[in-house]
Amino acid sequence: MNNYLLSVIQPVGDPPPPDTLEPIMRNIESFHEELKAAGAWVFAGGLFPPDTATVVRQNGDGALVTDGPYTESKECLGGLVIVRAPDLDAALEWGRKAARATTLPIEVRPFQGTSE
Amino acid sequence: MSIPPSPTTIDRIFREEYGRAVSVLIGAFGDIDVAEEAVQDAFAAAVSRWPQSGLPPSPAGWIITTAKNRAVDRFRKDASRQQRHEAALLLRQAEATEEESVVLDDRLRLIFTCCHPALARAAQVALTLRLLGGLTTEEIARAFLVPEPTMAQRIVRAKRKIRDAAIPYRVPTEADLPVRLSAVLAVVYLIFNEGYKASTGATLVREDLCAEAIRLGRVITELMPDEPEAQGLLALMLLIASRNKARCSAEGALVLLDDQDRALWDRELIDEGQQLVQACLRRNRPGPYQIQAAINAVHTDAYAAADTDWAQILALYDQLTTVAPSPVVALNRAVAVAQVEGAQEALDAVDKTHLTNYYAFYAVRADLLSKLGRRAEAATAYTTAIELTENHAERAFLASQRDRTDGGPLPR
Repeated sequence: MNNYLLSVIQPVGDPPPPDTLEPIMRNIESFHEELKAAGAWVFAGGLFPPDTATVVRQNGDGALVTDGPYTESKECLGGLVIVRAPDLDAALEWGRKAARATTLPIEVRPFQGTSE
Repeated sequence: MSIPPSPTTIDRIFREEYGRAVSVLIGAFGDIDVAEEAVQDAFAAAVSRWPQSGLPPSPAGWIITTAKNRAVDRFRKDASRQQRHEAALLLRQAEATEEESVVLDDRLRLIFTCCHPALARAAQVALTLRLLGGLTTEEIARAFLVPEPTMAQRIVRAKRKIRDAAIPYRVPTEADLPVRLSAVLAVVYLIFNEGYKASTGATLVREDLCAEAIRLGRVITELMPDEPEAQGLLALMLLIASRNKARCSAEGALVLLDDQDRALWDRELIDEGQQLVQACLRRNRPGPYQIQAAINAVHTDAYAAADTDWAQILALYDQLTTVAPSPVVALNRAVAVAQVEGAQEALDAVDKTHLTNYYAFYAVRADLLSKLGRRAEAATAYTTAIELTENHAERAFLASQRDRTDGGPLPR
């Protein structure tokens, strides 16, 4: 089994109105239930918007703390799911379901050293 | 003891058996690099041994057995690799029972792995040629006109992604098969077209690519005899390749279908292609490759250009438009329209395609305009077509057409 990171790529800006968002949140919830039932669940979570981010850099002996995301862009990481899957095809199938639930693009990427 | 094989015989065996040996070794050891190294070791051993000992009764079997032994030897020397390999083996055995597949042949698994949608098309092509065709990185780089380090990096990156992302080594399940097979066929046709398009330099390797694509097409039809589109693609490639010798003049200029010396067409390839088309027709599950093959079969039926059954070709283009509509299909259909209904009707059809960045759009348009006697417009269209093509033979041909249009009355 391998671990894969499913990154939810979302546009920066205001979230969609509640009547759009609510069914999406319900779909994401049942996607998570499906992952757990299949034994593929490792972790999942949504993130607050990128303007809530803080960057810490090692600077000589101390740390430099700055406000804002690491890079400004039109799209950002909106949330993530980590799944256990036997191979990429299985991970992509979870990715397809995540894309359908979130209505957003999903990047699927393997973790190092999880093959067992 | 058999007759000692010549280097060309060993070379031919390498071409034919490399893919089979590599795919069997990947199946056994679960690692592409291990498989490639071992098979190359085995062929190196064959090159030094066979000239003295003669060909073994089964060269392919000899290569595979020798390669397996070499791989095991390498593992003994490299303990960490052995652990990885054992882990991979366990995984593979666990999977084998789960997977219900239509066909279980290592080469077929390898083709589907090389053409996995998680790999970019350029990487799919390079890997297929490398792992199934046994072409060197240098040969592939030359054929696709990219620097060798670029191609080497592309192949290394693709192999790394197969390993790290765990792209499975298997034939897709029946539900996924049609989509995945169409990617495989597209890769093979891309290889063929890269070889077919006459271009500057490296001509030999490019003819090799045509042959390699046809060989891959044969492997796929042999492994998947129930897929009519695979047969259609093979038929299409055979029928197109049958005209290779007639496509260029002695000076290297392009010769149009109408003007080709049909005695130079390869009857053997035509017969094989036509038989495949007949077999496809009997199945009655037409797809884009089968229909394009049928169009080429109609062309090869005519002993002279004037005997071409254009009405049938137009009917086939109508069918192709239904199955796989595209602006390029519409443009090609217009050429048949010109023959059946007339140049003005064809010009109207061409102008509806809006393929304004495509040289063939201007070339076809120019031809129709000159047939309609609109010479100045035709010359302008030829000039645009020339500007849009990189291919020297095509440029020379278009320039000669433009010159004919510019000067004096038209010959036809």
